Amino acid sequence: MTSAGAAATVMPSTSVSAAATAIHARFRVAWPGFALDADVQLPGRGVSALFGQSGSGKTTLLRCLAGLERAPGGYLSVRGEVWQDDARGVFLPTHQRPLGYVFQEASLFAHLSVRRNLEFGMKRVAAAARRVSLEHAIALLGIEPLLERMPEKLSGGERQRVAIARALATSPRLLLMDEPLAALDARRKAEILPYLERLHDELDIPLVYVSHAPEEVARLADHLVLLDGGRVLAAGPIHEVMPRLDLPLAHGEDAFVVIDARVAAHDEAYALTRLEFGGLPLWITGLDTRIGAQVRARVLARDVSLALSERHESSILNVLPARVVSLDEADAGRTLVRLELGGSAMLARITRRSAVQLGIAPGMEVFAQVKGVALLR
Amino acid sequence: MSAADFAAIRLTLELAAVTTAILLVVGTPLAWWLARTHSRLKGVIGAVVALPLVLPPTVIGFYLLVALGPHGPVGQLTQALGLGVLPFTFAGLVVGSVVYSLPFVVQPLQQAFEAIGERPLEVAATLRAGALDTFFSVVVPLARPGFVTAAVLGFAHTVGEFGVVLMIGGNIPDKTRVVSVQIYDHVEAFEYAEAHWLSAGMLVFSFLVLFALYSRKRGVTR
Repeated sequence: MTSAGAAATVMPSTSVSAAATAIHARFRVAWPGFALDADVQLPGRGVSALFGQSGSGKTTLLRCLAGLERAPGGYLSVRGEVWQDDARGVFLPTHQRPLGYVFQEASLFAHLSVRRNLEFGMKRVAAAARRVSLEHAIALLGIEPLLERMPEKLSGGERQRVAIARALATSPRLLLMDEPLAALDARRKAEILPYLERLHDELDIPLVYVSHAPEEVARLADHLVLLDGGRVLAAGPIHEVMPRLDLPLAHGEDAFVVIDARVAAHDEAYALTRLEFGGLPLWITGLDTRIGAQVRARVLARDVSLALSERHESSILNVLPARVVSLDEADAGRTLVRLELGGSAMLARITRRSAVQLGIAPGMEVFAQVKGVALLR
Repeated sequence: MSAADFAAIRLTLELAAVTTAILLVVGTPLAWWLARTHSRLKGVIGAVVALPLVLPPTVIGFYLLVALGPHGPVGQLTQALGLGVLPFTFAGLVVGSVVYSLPFVVQPLQQAFEAIGERPLEVAATLRAGALDTFFSVVVPLARPGFVTAAVLGFAHTVGEFGVVLMIGGNIPDKTRVVSVQIYDHVEAFEYAEAHWLSAGMLVFSFLVLFALYSRKRGVTR
């Protein structure tokens, strides 16, 4: 246990070896009508999303990580500490695991005020192990005005913010969230997402986030574990997993890639902002970002078309040189093209006819016309 | 009212208080187990707990008399422990009342525990609370209305018992003669005025208790 309170919150995780920071989970459960067979390594920092349809086993996997579900023969180590190793008879019950868990629906204790809910977990953690102060958790989630209220007097979004703060106040070494936004409407979701991003940016606590919503994953995740029917279909950094043509993600209507970029300049006259990634410019509308800030942008596959020359009379702002990496023609009438540009992958979904007429083939140099870029954070 | 009447009232309240206290201590873990278990024994134990609801008190009293008596298994045990035999003593009455009022305490508690569900327990575990800690800091406060209902019903039902008392307590002044037995005695002796006083008292008491209980319940859901 570290003794200094404030110093530990900014623990430099780069100096720790990769093996010690990683989360390694191996669980196999077989229930009537459902089976989970997962062996995953997650990074010891940042946000890992467990992504999949309902019934894919993502919540079960999360519950196994928490010890709420007991998978016989399972194994789990978190940043060098073994929490479960049934082969050696090790199983830490949930209440002995230094984790925070946010459930899908509001799970505040109805008999306790917001403040006492927050204190519930914190006061059960030894003083020496407290690295996140109650004040910090309250400030991070912006719940100062709610402290004296009872849970029944809060909106769904407020309850979820309190639940997140309550989990944080236990100074967890691992934060687990089971679709914390799923029960909320779009406005409440939008209200909470910025707070989740702040956790990501300000705390050195790995977050495992279960979701079936691509837009949440796009905004939050650094690492993606794609689950299907209780099995791990793919796992890796989001930049690598999203553009993979062999996965169902790339074939969805809303297939996208995320691009991490830097805010380079503002064009006040046209109210445009120039982002830069891998030496390439990417223009977006609006001026509300700080120059130099790191941002994440999402580009949908259906918003990218291809041209053979740059000089193409068009209203499209972003025309970028790209190289064709691979093609996929699995979907009728459509060709999915994986591009590489500025060191990033991008997907373009074009019609089969266009692909044939332009003679698109791997290795070819083309220009990607990007019709829309959404700034995620 | 006579001194004997007041003695009967005092004894009745004492019996109900002791019985309720014991029932809360015994009934809470039993109700918790019934609410949480997936054991096949659940049906059997649940049925045994509910038996006093349907059996004539004389049946319960009879078997208790046999079991607690000098030749019964419990009687043998109490004698071996130097406690003597329990029938026709206050202690015997307490044992009988505990058995007789058991479902009135266990069932409201069980329902209250079941209504809490799994989630608050899981939440407490993720907030570092162990099982016992969770029980006292989460379950008991959340099940508070169930505890109040259980205590009130257990107390009121014990006050209202007659058959079991008569079977294993008999009719010994200051030791086992409770209000219901005293009323019986008055009626047998054609002392209707005295019987009225006590009966009306019981009626008013029972009504007030139930009225308070049901008014409170409505207030909660409102």
